[in-house]
Amino acid sequence: MTEPLLSVRGLTVEFDAPPGAARVLTGVDLDVAPAEVVGLVGESGCGKSVTALAMLRLLRAPGRITGGSVRFQRRELTTLSEAEIRRVRGRGIAMIFQAPRESLNPVLTIGQQLALVLARHDGLRGRRARARAEELCAMVELGDTRRILGAYPHELSGGMCQRAMIALALACRPALLVADEATTALDVTVQLQILLLLRRLRDSLGLAQLLITHNLGVVAEACQRVAVMYAGEIVESAPAEQLFAAPWHPYTRRLLAARPRIGAPPAGDAIPGSVPDPRRRPTGCPFHPRCYQAQPTCRESHPASEELAPGRHVRCFYPEPAPGPHR
Amino acid sequence: MSLLAVAELSKEYRVPSGAFGRRPLAAVDRVSLRLREGETLGLVGESGSGKSTLARCILQLERPSGGTVTFQGRELTVLAGGALRRVRRLLQMVFQDPAASLNPRLRVGYTVAEPIRLHRLRSGEAAVRARVEELFGWVGLGPEHVARYPHQLSGGQQQRVAIARALACEPRLLALDEPTSALDVSVQAALLALLAELQSRLGLAYLFISHDLAVVSTMARRVMVLYLGQVVEEGPTAEILGRPRHPYTQALLSAVPRDVPWAEPARLVVRGEAASALAPPAGCRFAPRCPWVLPRCQDEPQPLQPVGADHGAACWRAAGGELPIWRA
Repeated sequence: MTEPLLSVRGLTVEFDAPPGAARVLTGVDLDVAPAEVVGLVGESGCGKSVTALAMLRLLRAPGRITGGSVRFQRRELTTLSEAEIRRVRGRGIAMIFQAPRESLNPVLTIGQQLALVLARHDGLRGRRARARAEELCAMVELGDTRRILGAYPHELSGGMCQRAMIALALACRPALLVADEATTALDVTVQLQILLLLRRLRDSLGLAQLLITHNLGVVAEACQRVAVMYAGEIVESAPAEQLFAAPWHPYTRRLLAARPRIGAPPAGDAIPGSVPDPRRRPTGCPFHPRCYQAQPTCRESHPASEELAPGRHVRCFYPEPAPGPHR
Repeated sequence: MSLLAVAELSKEYRVPSGAFGRRPLAAVDRVSLRLREGETLGLVGESGSGKSTLARCILQLERPSGGTVTFQGRELTVLAGGALRRVRRLLQMVFQDPAASLNPRLRVGYTVAEPIRLHRLRSGEAAVRARVEELFGWVGLGPEHVARYPHQLSGGQQQRVAIARALACEPRLLALDEPTSALDVSVQAALLALLAELQSRLGLAYLFISHDLAVVSTMARRVMVLYLGQVVEEGPTAEILGRPRHPYTQALLSAVPRDVPWAEPARLVVRGEAASALAPPAGCRFAPRCPWVLPRCQDEPQPLQPVGADHGAACWRAAGGELPIWRA
């Protein structure tokens, strides 16, 4: 593998929740290579958004990074000054969110918002800024550029707002785009359009992407590698094809089996129980209370993440390198 | 005989336009459907397709602007007052966001007991309490959950409470409006299995509303696809999913994310997004996005026409047998 663009090691985040602290991320390892699209999947509350916010140092109190490192383009982000990290945001790593219309400024036109970014980061003004804004709109396939640049967010559809968000994110030519549930609020026909756009941006600009999603279909659609999160830990990471063909961690297996499939009856008992409260994390492996194959060891000690095959990491005492039950 | 028969149901809103004017918005446009006891009809469509409005009009939560709703042989659109309240007990609804549909200040047991008391379905507090515990058992909750407040329950448990409350009325029909869309996939799977089990136990009819074709296919034998307030295709689920005939249904199916990274289904990517219901296209409402649009589609609205056994599509090309049959 080429040297990673982004390399997260042992990232640990705690939230002060008196009387103690709730550990929300535990030793997260994550790599994104240049021009690679990596999916970070998991259910609500597993820590996928916190991972992205912590990487970009956007965590607010009571959350704080208590351990680990985040290296991006050979710089350590966790110790940068506020002024330096601000230069990384936007220019190095850009982020887009689930609710595009709410993420845009409602009282400025799309053109004005692009102009602000271009003036601030690139010192572009006037005709040159206008030309660059039009170029960005064309890049995200926003159609009628003149109309779009003069439009306010409420005058655009959800899909167009998300394209405008992507144009803003691309304005500073970032090397990595972090997309947090960026297609979740969109209708499926529009979701497909945005996923195809992101794929074209990877091909044409070499834009690396970290796609945070709860939707395994989006991962299958867009990602080359996948990291699966459960209760603040990466429990399995693998090349996408291998993960779908043969998931090794019991949680991944059950998550895949729980998906509704066209024409099949619902898989009701896929994962019994519910996600643990971060203030009362189970001992040992956090998944053991819900695991169908938990052994006494799983209750007593915490499994380390091991590389069982090139590029395949699993955090489980009893991984199953065999085809999954869902096929 | 059908439990429910809806004929030519329309709902028009008048929305503000400019400083003083109002103009009509046709949210649902002449929709007809039938539903038998114990059967599920899936209503599929994207935002703004009118699927929720249609359900609300059937339950008389909104009064339709036109058409009829016949339930157990009675016309609901003319009922009012006590007569309407008595019938309405038999048609219940479960909403997408359980947190928003439960009163945060009431213990969930009280929320479930309320309709039992209102409709006098049990007499005496002991009988009401026993009934609440029985309903909690049906939806997979224990007696320990009865005294909880909604915020003390997970999203999946809250949705189970909402289902218990609907069942407390002893309904014959449940309108399930995106009941699992706000839930994680593992929770969603368990809830869908529960709904299937309740249906076979109680013989309930479901109007199952979802934007997710995979979810609908696990629940419904028949599916109706809506686009901007109109039915574009209707038929047995296997037919609709296996041999979709309307270009919109084809696009919807082809947009469902792939199951596995190596699956390469042929993709039918439609341009743009749905037109505004305020200014719907004159002809076929899908025409501006349709890859196979004909000049005729722009100005002549298409009625639903048979394209197979028990299978209809509102498309000139599909009816003429000219469209390629797209396979998922």
